[in-house]
Amino acid sequence: MISFDRVSVTYTGASAPVLRDVSLRVEEGELCLVVGGTGAGKSTLLGAINGLVPHFTGGTIGGRVTVDGRDTATHPPRELADVVGVVTQDPLAGFVTDTVEEELAYGMEQLAIAPEVMRKRVEETLDLLSLAELRDRPLHEISGGQQQRVAIGAVLTAHPRVLVLDEPTSALDPTAAEEVLATITRLVHDLGLTVVLAEHRLERVVQYADTVVYLAGDGTVADGPPAEMFTRTTVAPPVVELGRLAGWDPLPLSVRDARRRAPELHDRLNGGGPAPAPPPQGETLLRGRGVLVRYGEIVAVRGVDIDLRAGEVTALMGRNGSGKSSLMWALQGSGRRQAGSVEVDGRDPKALSASDARSLVGLVPQTPSDLLYLNSVDAELAQADSESEQSESAPARELLDRLAPGVRGELDPRDLSEGQRLSLVLAIQLRAAPRVMLLDEPTRGLDYQAKHELKEIVEMLAADGHAIVIATHDVEFVATACHRVVVMAEGDVVADGPTPEIVRSSPAFAPQVAKILAPLPYLTVAEVECALAARAAR
Amino acid sequence: MRSAPAHRLRDSGRLPRALHPIAWWIWAIGLVLAVNRTTNPLLLILTLAVLAFVIANRRTDAPWARAFKYYLWLGLFVIVLRIVFQSVFSQGAEAGDHVLFTLPRISTPKWYAGVQIGGPVTLEATLTAAVDGLRLATMLCCIGAANALANPKRALRVLPGALYELGMAVVVSITLAPQLIESVQRVARARRLRAGRRKGWRVLRSIATPVLADALERSLMLAAAMDSRGYGRTGPATTASRRLTGALMLLGMVGLCAGCYGLLGNGAPRFLGLPAILAGAVLCCGGLALGGRRVKRTNYRPDPWRAPEWVVAGCGVATAVMLYLSTGDDASALNPSFYPLRFPPLPALPMIAILIAGVAAVAAPPPPKPRRLAPSQAGAPSRISEPVTAPKVPA
Repeated sequence: MISFDRVSVTYTGASAPVLRDVSLRVEEGELCLVVGGTGAGKSTLLGAINGLVPHFTGGTIGGRVTVDGRDTATHPPRELADVVGVVTQDPLAGFVTDTVEEELAYGMEQLAIAPEVMRKRVEETLDLLSLAELRDRPLHEISGGQQQRVAIGAVLTAHPRVLVLDEPTSALDPTAAEEVLATITRLVHDLGLTVVLAEHRLERVVQYADTVVYLAGDGTVADGPPAEMFTRTTVAPPVVELGRLAGWDPLPLSVRDARRRAPELHDRLNGGGPAPAPPPQGETLLRGRGVLVRYGEIVAVRGVDIDLRAGEVTALMGRNGSGKSSLMWALQGSGRRQAGSVEVDGRDPKALSASDARSLVGLVPQTPSDLLYLNSVDAELAQADSESEQSESAPARELLDRLAPGVRGELDPRDLSEGQRLSLVLAIQLRAAPRVMLLDEPTRGLDYQAKHELKEIVEMLAADGHAIVIATHDVEFVATACHRVVVMAEGDVVADGPTPEIVRSSPAFAPQVAKILAPLPYLTVAEVECALAARAAR
Repeated sequence: MRSAPAHRLRDSGRLPRALHPIAWWIWAIGLVLAVNRTTNPLLLILTLAVLAFVIANRRTDAPWARAFKYYLWLGLFVIVLRIVFQSVFSQGAEAGDHVLFTLPRISTPKWYAGVQIGGPVTLEATLTAAVDGLRLATMLCCIGAANALANPKRALRVLPGALYELGMAVVVSITLAPQLIESVQRVARARRLRAGRRKGWRVLRSIATPVLADALERSLMLAAAMDSRGYGRTGPATTASRRLTGALMLLGMVGLCAGCYGLLGNGAPRFLGLPAILAGAVLCCGGLALGGRRVKRTNYRPDPWRAPEWVVAGCGVATAVMLYLSTGDDASALNPSFYPLRFPPLPALPMIAILIAGVAAVAAPPPPKPRRLAPSQAGAPSRISEPVTAPKVPA
């Protein structure tokens, strides 16, 4: 269906090609999972399938890409629209019209499909994706998962034979992501679509894949069946890592596979648990009482009590719109707070000036680049130094080098990777020397490597005596990096306690290792590794 | 299937549905042309009443439909402005005029002697100015009525193929404007986190840079998405056919402009009117048809053109035609003079003509009601717990 024949892609001004001599075939009806780190060329590979690379992005392409017999060199994306449907990370950015029904019809209008056929296909697609009740709702009013389903439906109405999805769930909460992935697998089974999917959070999709295409990062590409490919990839979901650790062959790809092998591991672990980590006993840095945030009639946070202690990393979880961001902004003092009190160091950040508030509580917003406006990293760092002259923290450059060594000063902040940009903003915020640091969805768009680095940064800050709050949907990250979990729903705190306790008791939040090894109280592969090493040493 | 066509038409005419936007526009432009022929305040007020009646009966709850009141305010502003100008640039008073008050006269230099500033303000002159302003205000309201009654996005979709790209650009910018505002709010809020305490240019830069970068990124993503979905699939267009299209359109536009001047300007030569407009229209249609041939696309659920559309458009045209025909017979009744001061007459034929336009309120099908949420969904947590836009903006 899709064939790459010795394809190389080099972007203008780049020294090395992103893809080098790539040859691969995707057969009809397959679900092909594209795996690789950030910057390894996943988006380039996906873009090449419908000709966006190079027709839209520029750069030079060597070799030949054909889809359903059409050569992308002679067919720009619009001429492939009836064969390839593309869904991107941010559905809202790709919407052209403003209601669900019109969006579903837009692609067909461009393809000059007869009105009667269009009407029929729109109705079919509304049912196929369970969107019928939303048909005339404005697109910006529906939830993220619904938006992504509309985006998928909008390309399906053109009856493409190939569906290309570039990280379709990375902006969604776990429930919405499940909903979208379930839709995708159903489409593969029912419609015989060929699907090419790139996804950061492999643990959700790896079990559905027929083949895996692995981008090593140096421009080369390898492909094969998932169980075989994951023996050598550098990125892998926890279930695969556990399989590697236990030496299982073939590798398990789903929690179900792994559970059937687990009794053997139970024996080796001797039924014991990991050494319980001592709970951090730092002083209370921030004390929030009855924090209430409302926007008109919508109550975003209903009287939340929260204490943050030094050296403790707290995860703030809950579905989109449950009040996580509002709570963080209220604690920082820049957001609304209609009632309740927040006390840091005996002072209320809301009553202070902006620069005093940020020396008590730092916040990295959901879109960190909102804080960056200068044209080089050096300029931003110098600006940060001049903004907080009175603080006794180290210069911003030094902070950045501790968080992310080797970020070149002359680069434009917008050219940095997601992880580096996050570190830059974090360094700028740390320059004011706040002891409480709030991070709003920092894991969004980070790959395994970047998340691992973030975990180390967070550990380092906690060891320095900071209190840290991380709003996130990423269960696996929470299991490895956070001491405590606070779960919010509809503005209330519904659970608050040590990570193992909260996470293990919940079916939605349990990490893969916990699901596989239950009832043993392990959460991460690292814990299992430690335990096995300890048993071996004895 | 066995029902007679006439019967079917009448039935479908009564079902709630949106009237074809072009029908509303023809109706409104007919009224504009009619209003242009008269300065009789009674007829003008009657026209406003007809507009209000039709809007009250046939508009939807959509945001654009609530815009009519802004046109009313604009109209009021036009009237006031016209009176103020009339008073300031006074023409002086004849014997027998009713002087309301006298503004101090400002002497103008000799080379500027044509215009006088200040002087006596007469009731007659003020009334004339007010009625003149009222005529302009009524014309504005006719356009406002069309905007309130016809969905502007659907109206743009009816544009001929050659103008499709233009219409698309307008639709996309209407859709994206709220996102830009949201982006500005978000960045302005985030600025406090960095405690940017500088004023002036720096503040502007710290907000504008992220917002513009964001907007540019969004535009690129949108362009890529539109390209991937087949936007701009074109047939072959040769250079010769493009040039011919351009020439036809240009000539056609010149013809239309000249024709409009001929028809509307009272002192223009007669031959400029109808023939020029017809020739211009033919040329434009030719150009659009030629240009549209290369664009191949279809419309989802196109608005049908049925009996109610004919009636509504016909009402507008009838009103315009009747006022044009009655100009000769009844010139003084259509454009009554306030010198000497007297109450304006109400001529029968023009009055009936304007009332005919009001038929649209009954002839057009009732607008579709917004869909109620299914009972299972009305109280579902998805609506309350996930108001995706609202809680993200703790401004």
